[in-house]
Order: sequence, then C-alpha cells, then structure tokens
Amino acid sequence: MSFPLLTATAALPALGAIATAAVPAARRTAAKWLALLVSLATLVLALVVMVRFDPGGDRYQLTESHPWISDFGVRYELGVDGIGVALIALTALLIPFVILAGWHDADPLETHSSRWRPTQGFFALILAVEAMVIISFEATDVFLFYIFFEAMLIPMYFLIGGFGDRAHSGTDENAAAQRSYAAVKFLLYNLAGGLIMLAAVIGLYVVAGSFSLQEIAAARADGSLEMATTTERWLFLGFFFAFAVKAPLWPLHTWLPNAMGEATTPVAVLITAVVDKVGTFAMLRFCLQLFPEASKWATPAILVLALISIIYGALLAVGQRDIKRLVAYASISHFGFIIMGIFAMTSQGQSGATLYMVNHGISTAALMLVAGFLISRRGSRLIADYGGVQKVAPVLAGTFLIGGLATLSLPGLAPFVSEFLVLVGTFARYPVIGIIATFGIVLAALYTLVLYQRTMTGPVKPEVSTMPDLRVRELLVVAPLIALLIFLGVFPKPVTEIIDPAVQQTLSDVQKKDPQPEVEAAK
Amino acid sequence: MSNAENLIALLVAAPLLGAAVLLCGGRRLDAVGHVIGTALSTLSFVIGVVLFADMLGRGADDRAMSQHLFSWIPVEGFQADVAFQLDQLSMTFVLLISGVGSLIHLYSIGYMEHDERRRRFFGYLNLFLAAMLLLVLADNYLLLYVGWEGVGLASYLLIGFWQHKPSAATAAKKAFLVNRVGDIGLSIAIMLMFTTFGTFAFGPVLGAADEAGEGRLTAIGLMLLLAACGKSAQVPLQSWLGDAMEGPTPVSALIHAATMVTAGVYLIVRSGEIFNGAPDAQLVVTVVGAVTLLFGAIVGCAKDDIKKALAGSTMSQIGYMILAAGLGPIGYAFAIMHLVTHGFFKAGLFLGAGSVMHGMNDEVDMRKYGGLRKYMPITFVTFGLGYLAIIGFPGLSGFFSKDKIIEAAFAKGGTEGWILGGVALLGAGITAYYMTRVMIMTFFGEERWRKSAAPAEPGVAPASGEHDEPHPHESPRSMTIPMIVLAFGSVFAGGYFSIGERFVHWLEPVTGYDHGHPPVSALTVTLATMVMLVVGVGIAYVQYGRGPVPVLAPRGSLLTRAARRDLYQDDFNHVVLVRGGEHLTRSLVYVDHTLVDGVVNGTAASMGGLSGRLRKLQNGYARSYAVSMFGGAAILVAATLLMRAV
Amino acid sequence: MNPVNYLYLAALLFTIGATGVLIRRNAIVVFMCVELMLNACNLAFVAFSRMHGNLDGQIIAFFTMVVAAAEVVVGLAIIVSLFRSRHSASVDDASLMKL
Repeated sequence: MSFPLLTATAALPALGAIATAAVPAARRTAAKWLALLVSLATLVLALVVMVRFDPGGDRYQLTESHPWISDFGVRYELGVDGIGVALIALTALLIPFVILAGWHDADPLETHSSRWRPTQGFFALILAVEAMVIISFEATDVFLFYIFFEAMLIPMYFLIGGFGDRAHSGTDENAAAQRSYAAVKFLLYNLAGGLIMLAAVIGLYVVAGSFSLQEIAAARADGSLEMATTTERWLFLGFFFAFAVKAPLWPLHTWLPNAMGEATTPVAVLITAVVDKVGTFAMLRFCLQLFPEASKWATPAILVLALISIIYGALLAVGQRDIKRLVAYASISHFGFIIMGIFAMTSQGQSGATLYMVNHGISTAALMLVAGFLISRRGSRLIADYGGVQKVAPVLAGTFLIGGLATLSLPGLAPFVSEFLVLVGTFARYPVIGIIATFGIVLAALYTLVLYQRTMTGPVKPEVSTMPDLRVRELLVVAPLIALLIFLGVFPKPVTEIIDPAVQQTLSDVQKKDPQPEVEAAK
Repeated sequence: MSNAENLIALLVAAPLLGAAVLLCGGRRLDAVGHVIGTALSTLSFVIGVVLFADMLGRGADDRAMSQHLFSWIPVEGFQADVAFQLDQLSMTFVLLISGVGSLIHLYSIGYMEHDERRRRFFGYLNLFLAAMLLLVLADNYLLLYVGWEGVGLASYLLIGFWQHKPSAATAAKKAFLVNRVGDIGLSIAIMLMFTTFGTFAFGPVLGAADEAGEGRLTAIGLMLLLAACGKSAQVPLQSWLGDAMEGPTPVSALIHAATMVTAGVYLIVRSGEIFNGAPDAQLVVTVVGAVTLLFGAIVGCAKDDIKKALAGSTMSQIGYMILAAGLGPIGYAFAIMHLVTHGFFKAGLFLGAGSVMHGMNDEVDMRKYGGLRKYMPITFVTFGLGYLAIIGFPGLSGFFSKDKIIEAAFAKGGTEGWILGGVALLGAGITAYYMTRVMIMTFFGEERWRKSAAPAEPGVAPASGEHDEPHPHESPRSMTIPMIVLAFGSVFAGGYFSIGERFVHWLEPVTGYDHGHPPVSALTVTLATMVMLVVGVGIAYVQYGRGPVPVLAPRGSLLTRAARRDLYQDDFNHVVLVRGGEHLTRSLVYVDHTLVDGVVNGTAASMGGLSGRLRKLQNGYARSYAVSMFGGAAILVAATLLMRAV
Repeated sequence: MNPVNYLYLAALLFTIGATGVLIRRNAIVVFMCVELMLNACNLAFVAFSRMHGNLDGQIIAFFTMVVAAAEVVVGLAIIVSLFRSRHSASVDDASLMKL
C-alpha cells in the first residue's frame, strides 16, 4: 500500500493543532512558531499532492479507502480531482499567511490570569480549521464530508466569538456582546444549513443505499440508479441550501458581514478565503454530480440569486462605513460570480468559477490583511477615521491599492482571468444575465476606489500622521500574495491545466455541451 | 525573413521593466529614477525605429509581423494567447507613443524637478507606456483589454498623482469609473465575439466578419463604440477628461491628448471589418463623433483654465477622428493621420501650457496671463506653431489631416454626408475661434499678472497680498527641446504624409481605402474651410485682441455659462447618478439590515418567545410533572385503544 | 370467579394511588400512594399470569416487590433527610427544580 498522502495532508495540521494547544502557557512564542512550521509543512505536503497529481490521469487520484461504519456503508474514502487539488493548495498556501498576520492578535491582555492561554488556543484552532477544510476537499464519501463540513463550525465559532478585533468603537462589554452575536449568528445559520443537509444525506442513503460519491455518481451516469424527479429535487435542495449558506448566496448572506467585521482580520480571511470555499466547492462536486437533473432544473433560479448577490453585494459594499464589512459585502458579490460560473454549465464558466475560488482567496487575503494592518495602527474600523495615509505610509497604501485593484478585477491581476471566464461562460448560455453581471465591474471599481480615496488620499488626518509604514513581518505576508496575484494574472496555465479536465468531467456528468459559436453553427 | 519580430515583446518589456524597477526600488533610486525611466522609454523608441526600418524594407503586403509568446488562458473551447501583432497600423502607433512618450519623459525631468516623488512619477509614466504599447500590439481583443485597462490604471495613478489634493483624487476616481462604464462595452463586445466566432483574435474575427449576421455585427460595433467613448472621452462619457487636467501637465500632454485618449480611434479602425458590415453602427459612430466635435469645441470656447480649454479642444479633435473612423474605408486612414498630427501639435500645445504654468507659479487662469511672448520666446514660438497647426493654417499638419476628414465626411454621400460635412466645417471655424482666444489671452495684450498694475477693468480691486507677483521666465532646456521637436512635427508631418498620399498607401493594406464620391470638389472644401478659419480667427480677434481682457470672468451669455459648466453634463450626472446612487445604496443598507436580517432575527426572536412561554411549564412541582406524565400515558393508551378499535 | 374482575380491582387501586400522588402534599402519603400503584400493578401481573396460564407475571411480581422494598429504603431515607433539613414533609416545599 502506498503512502496515504491525502490523510497525511489533513492529519498533519490536526496533530499540529493538538501539539500547539499543549504548549505551556509561558511559551507563547514557541506555540506561534510551532503553528507556523506545521502550516508550512502542510504547504509542502499540498505541493507534493499537486506534483503527484496527473491532470491527464484518472478522475480521482491518490485515493484511499477503508471501511469505517460498515453497518451503514460509511467508508473513509479520500480522493482528489483537479478542483480539489487547486483548493487544497489554496488552503495550505493561505494558512501560513493567516498565522503570520495574526502573530500578535491573540497575545493575552494584562488583565487575563496567567493560566489563560489564548495564544495557544488561537493558533491551534486555526490549524484545526485547516485540517477539516482540507479533508472536506478530499472526502469522496458523502457522510465523511458531511461530518467535517459540520465539525468545522466548532473551531470557527470559538475563533469568531473568542478572539475579537481589538479595534472597535464603544465599550469592551459592548464589543463582546457584538462579537458573541456574530459568532452565534454564524453558528446558527450554518447549523440550520447543516441540519437540512443531514436530512438530505440520510435521504440519499435511503434512495441510493450508499454514501460513496463515486458509486452513486457512476450509477447515476449509467442509469442503474433511477431517482424520482421530486425526490431528486428535494435532495438537491437539501444539499444546496447548506452550501448556499456557507458560500454565502443572497439572501442567506447576512451572517458574513457580522462575522467578518467582529472577528480578527486573520480569522476574517480564514472565513471568506478558505472556509466559504468549501460551500462553492461542494456545489460543484456534490450537487452537480449527485443530482444532475435537479441541478439543471434549479439553474435559472440559482442564476438569478447569484446575479442578485453580485449586484446587491456590490451596492451594499458602496454603502458601508466599516472597512471590514465593506470587504465582506464585496466577497458576497464575488461569491455570486463563483456560483454563477458553476451553474452556467459551460467549460469557461466552471473553469472560471474554480479559478475564481483560488484567485478570490488570494486577492481577498491580500486586501483584508493589509486592511487589518491599517486598522491595527489606528484602532478603528471606520473609513471616516482615515485620510491621507498614502503620504505617511506609501508602501502600505501601495499594497492596499494593489489588493483593491485585484478585487475590482483589473486585467493583469489574477481575478480578471477568472471573472472574465465566468462572464464569458455565462454569456454564452444566458446573454442577459451575463450582461447584467458585467455591470458588477463598474460597482466593484466604485467601492474599491471610494475606499481607497477616503482612506489613502487627501489631507493627512492628525491621528494618522504618525502611522508607521509596513513592518518586515507584514511585508512578508503581503509581498508573496501580491507576487502570486500578478503571476497568476499573467500565467494562470499551471492552475487551469489542473482544473480543466475535472471541469470537463463534471460537465459530462450533467450532460451539458458548450454552445457552438454562431458562425460555426451556421456552417 | 529577418528575426525582427522577436524584438516586438521588447517594446513592451522595456518600459514595463522600468515601471517595476522604479516602483519597487524604493528611495535608493530617487536620484537616478528619472534617468532610468527616460532611458528605457527611449530604448523602446529605438527598438520601434529598428522595427520600422525592417518593415520598410519589405513589400507592402509582407509587412505584418507577429510574435507568439505563450498561451495565456488555456481553457476548453477558449483560447487566449499572449501574442503580438505588428502591422502598419500598430507601427504608426508604436512610433507615436514611444516617440512622444520619450519626449515627454525628457520634459518631465525638468517639469517635476522639485517634486519629491519624481521617481514614482517616472514609474507611472513607464507603466503607461508599457500598457499603451501592449494595447496597440496585442493580437487579440482580450490582450488589448489588458492594455486598455492598464492605461486606465496609469491614467488613474497619474491624474491623482498629487493625491493630497482632494480634487485630484476625486478626478482620478471619476476618470477610472467613467472608463469602467466604457469597459463594460469592451467586455460585452468580446463576449459577443466569443459566442459569434468562437474566438477573439484579430485574424479569425476580422477575417470571418462577413459570415456573421448584420445584427450581431451591429451589436459588437455598438459595444466597441461604447468602449471607445469611455476611453476617448466622447459624448456621453466625456465628463472625465476636463477633470483629468488635475494631473501634472506632462501627463495631460501624453495621456490625455496625444496617446491614451486616441485608443478609441485605434479600436474602431482596428475593428474596421466589423463596422464595414454594420452600417447602422457606423452611422452611430459618425453621429457620436460629430456631436462630440461640437460639444468639445463649445466647451473649449468658454473655459478660462488654459488646460481645460485645451482639454475641450482635445475632445473636439478626437470627435473628428471618430467621425472619420465611422465613415468606413473612406476615413480610416485620415482618422489615423489626424491622430498622428494631433499627437504632435496637441502634445506641443500642452507642453507649452505647462511651460507657461511653470513660469507663472502654476497659475492656470488665462485671464491672469497676457503679454507673455516677450518673456517666453521659445514657448511662444512653439505654441504658436502648434496653434497654427491645429486651426488648419495652410501648409501645416492640421491643414492636411483635418481637410481630408471634412472632405471624406462630405463624400459619405446623401443627407448624412451634407450634415456631417457641415458639422465638421463648423467645427473647424469654432476651433479657429477658441484657439485664437487662448493664444491672444496668453501671449498678447496687457500683462494682467502684474499685481501693481491698474486693474484691467474699473471697479475691480486688484487681488494683492495673496501671492507674490509671478516672474515669467523661459523654461529649462530639457523642457524646451521636446517642445521644439514637437513643433517640427506640427509643421511638417502633415505635409510629409500627404505627398503622393503616402500615409494612405502605407495604411491601405491594413485598413483598406476607398476614395468615395465627394459631391463637391476638394478645392471647394478647402476654400470653405479657409473661410471658416478666417471667420473664427476674426471673431476671436475682435472679442479679445482689440480691447483689454477682464481679469474676472464676466457673467457671459446663457451659452457661455452652460459651456463653462460642461453644458451641464456633470450636474446631470451628479443629480441622477451620484445622488441617486447614494440614495439607492443607503436604502439598500437599510433594507439589508431591517428586512433580510430582520426576517432571520424575527424568526430567532419568535422562537425565543415561544420557548419563554414553554418554560413556564417547568414550575418545579413534582406533582405537575407527574400530571403531565400520567396525562401523556393516558393519551397514549387511549390512542392505542382507538387505533385498535378502528 | 372471572379473573377480569381482578383487573378491574387493579385499575381501581392504581387510579386511587395515582390520584393520591397527584393531590396529596404530604410526602409520606404520596409515598404510600406510590406503593399502592405498585401493588395494583402486581395484582394485574398475577391476574394476567393466571389468565394466560404461564408464570412470567408471577415472577415479575416478585421482582417488583424486591424493587419496591429497595425503593422504600431509599425513598424513606430521602423523606427523612428532607424533613430534617426543612422541618416539613410537604412535597410542594421542595420545588428547587423550578427555573
């Protein structure tokens, strides 16, 4: 038996989490270094996965399969396709930056007792989330996926509720109340989604008699597993609801701004750049493969919701006064693009959507982390409290601008490639929706540039006049992300190469073919 | 076959390298930044000349070169490459962009000498050059889009270069946003091409254009026009150009006069085959051109800010080019020819204006100039030559290029031909008027900038004490040399191009050429243009040359006041888009908070209320729990019995 | 005699016991009523045993008696300690479970 590479990739951060949590209270810095090293080692493993993966080979590779709960046919089944590989790489890539950016975010306050060990907990929880996200991307057993999809909520809940942003207006009690509201809202929304999904998971087992994604999908494809239309639709909706909450799709989005606003910036990045991707990933992997007919049936409604997300998220971002909430609403708009690309059911749309997941992760991380550095300097999240930062801290302003430009999908930076693919892919099948979605690019420019103008330009406000520029640690976080944004904007081939075959297979699952160009079709 | 095409990528790479080095290099490079920037821009120009020489050495039909670098976005059914195409049209642009660009780099060394962020300025200029060259060299629309947005970004950064001024930051944002509206057009056009042709590379799309339906072509054409309107400041997306004058003057000369704003013309001419198959789209193009031509000219007449007057003029001149491009093969070559000559004289005029401002403590109000010809002789001469060129003085560049456009407009035939030709003719007259006004107010008449002198108009108190009196002086050599070079271009380029229709034959393999059937002879058109010119200059002289010019602007007629406010276009935008948008977002924030969130929070609250009521059942008396237990048991037994009975 | 009559008697005794548990406040009386209910059940078990002709019911009755004896020991101990701490044997006074 070969080395269980996928298990190792998920187990390493899990073990790292336990080890980090066990570091004694006084050795805070050791815990940080341990967490960073574990996350870097995980990145190495993820890169090995990426190298070992053969884009031209089988659909699922590096598979592992062991019986787990044999009474119900639950198996510990792992395997990755190109989409999974790309997202595992993204997760493993971002976590070291999240840890590095949050280096001081969980240092204990002087008021805490000496037995209180927030730092260890913070980094252990981040690693735990990483482990669960990675295994969600690997699981090809529906039940196994469900377990980690839900279990992820526990560490996330503590990360949001337990470690708030220290930059807040009002009293500490007030901030704590806000924080716990955000954490509970996050938990309830996702639990509600998960509960409905659980019912659908059980329903699926009753209908199909198996939890194995590959078995069910194969049986669906060759027609040996018939599903009544209504049953399929209900099951589809059960799964989709959970993923739409996680993604999040309008109108299930309101937990995101609260959670991202109240959490520390690294955790906000963790939510939007990593955890939420599980939702969109699962739509692509589970909804489309298990319920191809129902997916096609629901497509128009989902596309409209995605379109609303795009425009609505962008408009609300324009109206925000809080930097972090603005980024949160911008993310909602971007998730609209991703979901639209998935359900446009064209090669370009789905490749673009997958690429979008990766690029959005990187670009949001860059923008949000720089915003976090800015916020930690001034101690305020309100846009109105800033002005003229560009003159005081030009490097910070420059990186902030690049992050913003990536958010507005400037050509030459990575998000443009994916956004354009999504738009083209959608337009090819649904021209009207594609055209309306294109208006999102103007709104994206509006909220980004307004944010930049209000915070970075104009006369220098007295409160920001002594603001230091980016420190070395902060530059270490931002510079690689920006380099990656530029690299993937110019040369996205390494990623598209991995993604493309998986997308083709997904499309063949739903039995959709790309529309022919008019000139070709006429011939 | 030489290997010259391998040099094409270097054209873009040189300034791109400059931008990267200058922007990432940090303060260490402050001392040499301008040298690096200028050197790399000049390198690009030299490569351009080498390629040009190589191209001239071949036959007319064998001149196009191409270079494929790598596959950019390889996705099933979707092919986008990073590949360049250098044909006569691109070559013309490459020489114009890198040539004028290098001159303006040189000029900026002097102009920005005292700015502590000069290194960054040169970094942005290099970034602009790289993006603009990418735009004209791309061999597909998607790569063109990258350059298209790249120049938009450079323009954003440069307009807002003095970011500490809120007006500059706002102007930069406005420019970017209005351009983005245009970009929607380009996006949709590319998507339409993809669904129509399955590709968006120039060769296949333009080659297969006649196979697509006219409806499709019209749609693509109109979308391309929208893009062109945004970038080239054509009505209705023209509002950003005036505000863009907040940027440093070299930027206005390079980006907002000579090169970037002409990208729309390039786009339309490049897509000629699409427009040829869509007469309706062509008609709209000509109408947009004609309307902007008048709009810009009228606005230019009323502005007292020298740069804004020139900006109005730019708009109007680009209107001419768009008009010509909309005429089809009759006009493509002339659109490009006017573009090139305009690049020379308008860049020269802007640099002249910058030189004047340099010597006048950055004063931009022409009413506070006057009589400057004595103090700035070189600026006066070069500006004057540019002035003669733009109004179309016989023998100078503008005369040849503009005259051809007016002629071609008449040649379109039918009523449209007469209307378009008439508008173009009228525009020539207005051009003569506003440029004469600028010339007189700046270089002739009283020296209104003298604080000690008696107020130019009785009853107006002299504005004293605020600033020291300016001491007008000629600019340093690094600034005057580019002006002199551009003045040469303004004088001779048009004539050189027109000898034996040289320029038309040069472009013909790319754009095609059709002489058309002008209803009036070329001589008549030329004479009519001359009459308009004399009338325009005459009126301006009567108004501004014979009497003193008031230092404070008089209230003016209704039209003047409207023109000063850009014909109320900005006010309309403000009321409808800005205010309306603010209300929309604010109400949406409210809706999101109360309605979308409210439904959820309401559900949570009602659950809370329900459980509060249920809680009352837990009263702690064991007996009451026992009652519910017995009651429950009794109900179960009863239900069982009942079921059995049934 | 018809064994069904024993069942009626058992039901009657059970009802009396249940009513006592529900309406009396004195813990001792409540306790006795619980015993009454248990014994009513025993009676029913024995009657069923007789009716079905096997011994299962009688065996269960013995079990019940053993459990009841154990219960008496624990229950009385609780009541006594409750009385000691509160000087009352009323069940309503012991309402600490209330929220």
